Amino acid sequence: MARMKFICDAERCIECNGCVTACKSEHEVPWGVNRRRLVTVNDGLPGERSISVACMHCTDAPCMAVCPVDCFYKTEEGVVLHDKDLCIGCGYCFYACPFGAPQFPQAGAFGLRGKMDKCTFCAGGPEANNTEVEFKKYGRNRLAEGKLPACAEMCSTKALLAGDGNVIATIYKQRVATRKKGPEVWGWKMAYKEDGNIAAAEVKS
Amino acid sequence: MLLTKKSPSAPRSAGSSFASSLQGAIGTLDRRAFLRKSGLAAGAGAFAAALPPSMMKRAEASPPAPGAGSDVQVKRTVCTHCSVGCAIDAVVQNGVWVRQEPVFDSPINLGAHCAKGASVREHGHGEHRLKYPMKLVNGKYKRISWDEAITEIGDKLNKIRNDKAMGPDSVYWVGSSKHNNEQSYLMRKFVSLFGTNNCDHQARICHSTTVAGVANTWGYGAMTNSYNDMQNAKCAMYIGSNAAEAHPVSMLHMLHAKETGARMIVVDPRFTRTAAKADQYIRIRSGTDIPFLFGMLYHIFNNGWEDKQYLNDRVFGMEKVKEDVMKKWHPKAVEEACGVPEAEVYAAAEAMAKNRPSTIVWCMGQTQHTIGNAMVRASCILQLALGNIGVSGGGANIFRGHDNVQGATDVGPNPDSLPGYYGIAEGSWKHWARVWNVDYEWLKGRFASKAMMEKPGMTVSRWIDGVLEDADKMDQENTIKAIVYWGHAPNSQTRGLDMKKAMEKVDLMVIIDPYPTAASAMPDRQDGVYLLPAATQFECSGSCTASNRSIQWREKVIDPVFESRTDHAIMYQLAQKFGFADQLVGKRDGKQNIAVVNTKYGPEPVVEDILREINKGTWTIGYTGQSPERLKAHMRHMDAFDVKTLRCTKDVVDKETGYNMNGDYFGLPWPCYGNAALKHPGSPNLYDTSKHVMDGGGNFRANFGVEREGISLLAGDGSHSKGADISTGYPEFDHVLMKKLGWWSELNEEEQKACEGKNWKTDTTGAMMRVIMKNHGCHPFGNAKARAVVWNFPDGVPQHREPIYSPRPDLVAKYPTHKDEKVFWRLPTMFQSIQEKNKDISKDFPLVLTSGRLVEYEGGGDETRSNPWLAELQQENFIEINPKDAEARGIKNNQFVWVKSPTGAQIRVKSLVTERVASGTTFIPFHFAGWWQGKDLLNKYPEGAAPIVRGEAVNTATTYGYDRVTMMQETKTTLCQVAAA
Repeated sequence: MARMKFICDAERCIECNGCVTACKSEHEVPWGVNRRRLVTVNDGLPGERSISVACMHCTDAPCMAVCPVDCFYKTEEGVVLHDKDLCIGCGYCFYACPFGAPQFPQAGAFGLRGKMDKCTFCAGGPEANNTEVEFKKYGRNRLAEGKLPACAEMCSTKALLAGDGNVIATIYKQRVATRKKGPEVWGWKMAYKEDGNIAAAEVKS
Repeated sequence: MLLTKKSPSAPRSAGSSFASSLQGAIGTLDRRAFLRKSGLAAGAGAFAAALPPSMMKRAEASPPAPGAGSDVQVKRTVCTHCSVGCAIDAVVQNGVWVRQEPVFDSPINLGAHCAKGASVREHGHGEHRLKYPMKLVNGKYKRISWDEAITEIGDKLNKIRNDKAMGPDSVYWVGSSKHNNEQSYLMRKFVSLFGTNNCDHQARICHSTTVAGVANTWGYGAMTNSYNDMQNAKCAMYIGSNAAEAHPVSMLHMLHAKETGARMIVVDPRFTRTAAKADQYIRIRSGTDIPFLFGMLYHIFNNGWEDKQYLNDRVFGMEKVKEDVMKKWHPKAVEEACGVPEAEVYAAAEAMAKNRPSTIVWCMGQTQHTIGNAMVRASCILQLALGNIGVSGGGANIFRGHDNVQGATDVGPNPDSLPGYYGIAEGSWKHWARVWNVDYEWLKGRFASKAMMEKPGMTVSRWIDGVLEDADKMDQENTIKAIVYWGHAPNSQTRGLDMKKAMEKVDLMVIIDPYPTAASAMPDRQDGVYLLPAATQFECSGSCTASNRSIQWREKVIDPVFESRTDHAIMYQLAQKFGFADQLVGKRDGKQNIAVVNTKYGPEPVVEDILREINKGTWTIGYTGQSPERLKAHMRHMDAFDVKTLRCTKDVVDKETGYNMNGDYFGLPWPCYGNAALKHPGSPNLYDTSKHVMDGGGNFRANFGVEREGISLLAGDGSHSKGADISTGYPEFDHVLMKKLGWWSELNEEEQKACEGKNWKTDTTGAMMRVIMKNHGCHPFGNAKARAVVWNFPDGVPQHREPIYSPRPDLVAKYPTHKDEKVFWRLPTMFQSIQEKNKDISKDFPLVLTSGRLVEYEGGGDETRSNPWLAELQQENFIEINPKDAEARGIKNNQFVWVKSPTGAQIRVKSLVTERVASGTTFIPFHFAGWWQGKDLLNKYPEGAAPIVRGEAVNTATTYGYDRVTMMQETKTTLCQVAAA
């Protein structure tokens, strides 16, 4: 069975936000909720690179681990989804997530957050596929229609790839081989130095 | 613990579901469809947005849902933002645009979109649209009916037209590059029937200098190659183009080329997002493109890298350019003027010379200057020296701005030309009167005089001076009394302070647009403003011309929303009021060119018929072969066209029309010569001698005589398009030449009668073209040399001249601007007097102010800033300022600052402290409006129709300055001072 993954090719990403508005349009995501967004490093400087970030549908997802009501579940394709009827809006997942994926649209008094919302890999939620109720709570279910997430399908430079991890990894590897260089802004060497130590130089005080 | 949802347990929808109905409409995706979707079938493996094998199985296994959703339709349209021409499948249910799907089959965008393209569905929501006709009463907008609006506007314009103290030239019509070809063509005719040449559209302030400069160099004013063809380039130099933000999907092709080894150079005052993707970035001072380009040429000549055979056969006047370059642009002079050290210029020249074919890309960074015409010619000359024009992978890839700015330039409301660049001489009017089925004498009577009929009108960049200038200093009887903004933002034109004055001085303002635009809020008026809601391009059908000259047909997605009406319906209805509706549709002597149908919003001319009329008359640039049937067939079979060549190379027959598109290039890029029956395939790369003319090949145009100062202007011996019967240069064809060559007898008797006295441009039967091209493989416009030197521009060899507001008084003395012109496009136009007066202005205004685009917004931004999905991403206007300049002024990042202009204007924007701009340069995006010198104009807009995001327009602060040939406005180099607010 395929395991669904996103990968964003920073050599291709031009920070056009096409993925962001594709997501907004496909799921009618309200103002203020950003299931997907762009992160840019070295903005305006040589070495400027951007990547598009959403829920990464982790293999061992921290959000699932910390959720006190077990509202998360993972589909057979490895997509991390959650049940808004169970969600109590505690925000633990927000603290646990390294990518800032969980969104809380209804900020209220006393830290009231409302139901969590996040990228579904265009796979809907626990309701019946492509029903009105599923759409209202989670957005469209493109996977059930045999389509891939709207953000990746519409990416202006095919930087954002979505699909079976093995397949997109092959495509990405092929690009790296053609370019003769790997990612320069993310990956093992960015997070750790050659010797395996955390790159202290990258962490600014 | 991993909680896993098992697929079988997921309840399947009962069949009534909305999505299963969609599946039926879109069709299931078989393996082939999947491959196509991934772009693999198109031969571009590395493009693929991957598709997991497991999903292919699932799709194959699931049969199409039964026709439960027969009310669901998929309409194919094209994005209405930039000129790339990205196709869109719009899913419509019960008349509502419910979803947008990528068109992976499109050879142009392979399903890809930027932020704007991915959000066009919002047009169907249109919460912030102008919803019904409105009129300003006592300073407030009141709703009125369409009948009232047409009657009142018509009466007022008629009054101005018929008043001896005013006349037809006292109304200024600003048309639109957002209109489709049919609408912009009809608009030119409409204005002609009204009796004036005072009309224009966005091309004036976009690429007018390109069109003039490029056409005068080699024949046609357009991008020579295509976005797709950039995949064949081995080196690309972007100078004055930020494609990553302005034409994002073009980067799909460039980045692919780069991955397969092409070098990419970006030359720009800003380190743009495009520069971030380049192999080499070169920072020049704003407005110094000529020193840089000629600095490159210096090294090219110095090292003998020029293509000598090509120059000998196909280029006129390069020796003269060489002499000038070697004398003036040695590396020290280059560095002094543009600030680039020799090594960097040399590296760029070497990369372009040693990695051929190499291409050049330019946009507004070159065009919007007082010497824009010379800058673009310098770019052309560089490419000619390298032998890169007329070559796949080479070319001058000039990215146009709006979705149909190329088409509106070709056939739309230009003040100096009728459709197809025919000009406005008597012969041109007679040609079009014949095509329009209108009596020439009657038409002439509509104008103030024959002289005014043949005099170019004012430009959109200067209409404000047509209002404010003394009538006795102008080259028309009276000043402008009414302004009609028909699909054009006012904040995209410079000199905002003067514009506000002009808007307040005119008797009447009419704004016809899907949005009220900043024009509704800018002036302080109590009355005399009308707003008419126009439909967007998704609410009508028609053709639009992408930058690469491919013409795509848009299907209507939804009916016009609210009370809006299509632009061509509004034109017809106003024409009825003016009494020339019959002439507008060519109804005379029992014939009628354009049928009129009744819609729920009144009579509307049939779009297909308008295109057929365009086909009937536009021979100069080959808009004749693109019949609606051929264009529609292409849109239904986009998968038939190759991504790299744009060509269909197998039999693909459209079921609906029976048309076989084998051999065609996608969208029949103009010139597509002859009538549709000739089956010319369109021209993917202009002037390409390696192909037969019937395969889209060609050569440079003979448009400037046959010799100059004793030197032949025709191509050299042996230089001709493949398979031509004439193997040397030859002039353009007319009946005399055809008779001399003995080709006349190949016309039948009837054709001979029709072609007598005609040339290739005025023969409306297409028979001459058939004989010349099909029988003899020759080019109807002749075979000549490109001109490195011209004699109809102020500078025969392009000369650097400092901007009117220059930060370098020392260089103003060395490279002064042009002399003032007493009458230029009907208006006195100043150059030197203003430059002299402001020679030392940089003491008080030391920072260069330049402007440009953001990816989220387009043009004046009224449309995109009203789209919540886009507006959320850019909520405030800002100024980019270097940390050094910010520190010197005590400015922190992200605080309000005042930007002060030499005009006395000051605008309030947020600071963005960044090294993206060099010290001494600042940048403000030009999409914002709705604030006026610190004040939000929210309550001056009609209620509920103000854009979500409002901000200060950079053009409130811009200064005087116009191109010496086309009246292009200077937006890229002026001066300002910045202070903390």
